Amino acid sequence: MTAGNLNNDMAHSPDVPGNGETTISGLELFARLIGELNSSTKTNDKLQSLVDYFAIAPDRDKVWVIAVFSGRRPRRIVSSTLLRDWCSEITRYPAWLLDECYHTVGDLAETLALLLPETKHTDNSNQNLSYYLETFINIEKQDESVRKSFIFDSWQQMSRDERFVFNKLITGGFRIGVSQKMIVNALVKIVDLSASVIAHRISGNWDPVTTSFNDLLSESASLSDFSKPYPFYLAYALEEEPDVLGDEKDWQAEWKWDGIRGQIVKRNNEIFVWSRGEELMTDKFPEYFILKDLLPDGVVIDGEIIPAIEGKPLPFSVLQTRIGRKNIGKTQLQDAPICFFAYDLLEYKGADFREKPLYERRNQLAEIIDPIKNKAIKISEILFFSSWDELKELRKSSREMNSEGIMLKRKNSDYKVGRKRGDWWKWKIDPFTIDCVMVYAQKGSGRRSNLYTDYTFAVRDGDNLVTFTKAYSGLTDKEFAQVDNFVKRNSIEKFGPVRTVKPELVFEIAFEGIAVSNRHKSGVALRFPRMSRWRKDKSVDEINTIDDLKAMLKMYGK
Amino acid sequence: MSNFISFTDKGLYCQVGDFYIDPWKPVGKAIITHGHSDHAYFGHKYYLCHTLTKPILQLRLGENNYQTLNWSEAIKINNVRVSLYPAGHIIGSSQVRLEHKGQVWVVSGDYKVEDDGISGKFEPVNCNTFVTESTFGLPIYKWKPQQEVYENIITWINKNKENGKASVLLAYSLGKAQRVLQAIKETTQTIFAHGAVFNMQQGLIDAGWDICRVVRVTPETPKELLKGAVVIAPPSADGTPWMKKFHPYSVGVCSGWMQVRGNARRRNVDAGFALSDHADWDGLLQTVKATGAEKVFVTHGFQSAFSRYLNEEAIAMAAEVKTQYGNEDEEAPDLPVEEKIEQ
Repeated sequence: MTAGNLNNDMAHSPDVPGNGETTISGLELFARLIGELNSSTKTNDKLQSLVDYFAIAPDRDKVWVIAVFSGRRPRRIVSSTLLRDWCSEITRYPAWLLDECYHTVGDLAETLALLLPETKHTDNSNQNLSYYLETFINIEKQDESVRKSFIFDSWQQMSRDERFVFNKLITGGFRIGVSQKMIVNALVKIVDLSASVIAHRISGNWDPVTTSFNDLLSESASLSDFSKPYPFYLAYALEEEPDVLGDEKDWQAEWKWDGIRGQIVKRNNEIFVWSRGEELMTDKFPEYFILKDLLPDGVVIDGEIIPAIEGKPLPFSVLQTRIGRKNIGKTQLQDAPICFFAYDLLEYKGADFREKPLYERRNQLAEIIDPIKNKAIKISEILFFSSWDELKELRKSSREMNSEGIMLKRKNSDYKVGRKRGDWWKWKIDPFTIDCVMVYAQKGSGRRSNLYTDYTFAVRDGDNLVTFTKAYSGLTDKEFAQVDNFVKRNSIEKFGPVRTVKPELVFEIAFEGIAVSNRHKSGVALRFPRMSRWRKDKSVDEINTIDDLKAMLKMYGK
Repeated sequence: MSNFISFTDKGLYCQVGDFYIDPWKPVGKAIITHGHSDHAYFGHKYYLCHTLTKPILQLRLGENNYQTLNWSEAIKINNVRVSLYPAGHIIGSSQVRLEHKGQVWVVSGDYKVEDDGISGKFEPVNCNTFVTESTFGLPIYKWKPQQEVYENIITWINKNKENGKASVLLAYSLGKAQRVLQAIKETTQTIFAHGAVFNMQQGLIDAGWDICRVVRVTPETPKELLKGAVVIAPPSADGTPWMKKFHPYSVGVCSGWMQVRGNARRRNVDAGFALSDHADWDGLLQTVKATGAEKVFVTHGFQSAFSRYLNEEAIAMAAEVKTQYGNEDEEAPDLPVEEKIEQ
């Protein structure tokens, strides 16, 4: 901080401490950090904000910031409804007015921060970030009145910006473009550890309440949690023909499976299953428990969690039926049995294997898995091909294999951290597409609040239109602005935040899969729908019909 | 009496007086509340406005049949007593007071309650029926005192200077620009301006206003002079090639819409300053109460929410009205003709 800034801060602060240092609470520092992350549009600026923050924040707060940005937020202590009610109670604004404000702001935490009466910031009575988050944990199970009075008291002591982050910590999801990778890159500049060690340390099963900053990122002792997975290596999409990759002999091909990317960790005679989102999912897949006895100790295997019967994968929608459940029952185990399709070996006999070349890792992987012969795990087979043209032919049968295309990996590549170009490519098949018309629009949230960016689409059913999907992405900012303008001028009716729109704009929707749904009127549910093109050349008469969708469902739905 | 003023497709129309207020299509007689382009349209046969608004209209619309009034001065048009009162929105901005057979109507135009030192101090006018704007008619819009916002702008400018960056402030060329210039003129010796702002500033200086002088950025302006400079430009300059000249720079937007984070993020600006020339929620409420009006028509903005609130809280009998005002803050291109010349 420069002298100029310091003076400025002192001028604002009513009681300047004698030693010339300003006392800024941990929460205020965090609020500033979020403010900077929010307004900066460049990755480097965000990184710098994080580095600056880590350089001056209290240790406990640093631990919590790492925790929050790696998905370890404390459990929610109150519902959105209660927060709204309490805000209504304080402000005396009726519920409908709060709703109106919410629809304009697009974010509940911010709405409440703006509505609550401004406080006179008399002194820096605020606590650190860790105090608030740890109190959340302490009072989570306590009486509503305890939680209420904690929140009321906290609100009263906070500025608008502090309230915003406080509310956000309750309601969740900062959505400010801070990835775990960015946190790692910032920490690299603060502690003397390599990026992959930091990534490894901050992933896995650690508790921010009991872990100190030094424990987490100590530069000496490798006191590590033995459940930890490695950061995933992710592939970029191959947009061209694979010929650009050079000699096909340098490349290994396998199917790209459509499940949940995961790692199975076996250490100290225990087994852990991690998803790519670094969520510990061991309990969700009882099928894998047996691997505790079948796998050697000290291995970490990268692969795909996928429903399969006799080694043949089932569509992703089958997996979806069990992901959300807390308890997996007999039906699920029977209808959606899970297998692990192993891709890679990251650790062997307790040693990090990631820097060995892929062919060596694969050989070792085969040696481990081949003898197991259990339906819980199999190797994701390597596809034989002698020329790129042969592989192109093979790729055409992807859908029949319930695969999304082909993965290409350089045979001598090491296992990298995060999404990196060059050695691993996903060569996906073209998505399904369908032409349809926009019928409803709703304002987006966050960066897109105030703009109509969330649309519902319909296909024709005789003389009627039947809605079948929503989509929010795929248009450029400019196109969104044009559609927004159209919505504003062509709305027919308003239902709360939703507007029905004159059915006129035709879009091509791309999607990855289709399944039966009893929830949607059309009877189908799409996987990852997005707007692939605005068909300005087409009119509503030319869009697809419900029968087209049903035909797709019949072909690929199960 | 209820249809003394009707809301027509050309604008607010007073039948008895046979004149319009801020009509958006060409009419015979028009009373103009202020010089923003969504209120002051081209093509009327006769314009009545405040003395201070006339030079602005001349600048924007050229020579026309103008008649002017000072605040509180009254004239009769077809038996309707017409007078103007300060609206505090921009220079010359006025509320229109109409009196006929003992009934008083006031049309607010755009207004703000806080005195910015340039636009004239807003005063609520007692009336039976009040036509109010509602641009920021939701309780999420509560402005910080302008001094605090100015300080934030100045801190931001100083920080940019330290980092060797120019500060490009986006502010509407009529109104906001003068206000911001007044606030930041001490931070630097020279303030640079986009052609649209420069022309407006110069026009006002020519009309006798003692306001801060600015230097126009032209293709000939040497790049070294602009290093770390302070530049004022209209919102529509954002993202145009015109901005390249200031590189490296930071963009700050001065607008009430910046109250909401999503708006600042959506526009990809570096800093948003919630500085508005419109009344905030408290300002609107306080004004409606102070007029003593029993009937309120709510125009451009959050008219349905604000009128519903007035009704439910029994503050006044309110109804919402659709108009075509309310584009000057964000969407309407600002003086496109002049900008084209600039680029």
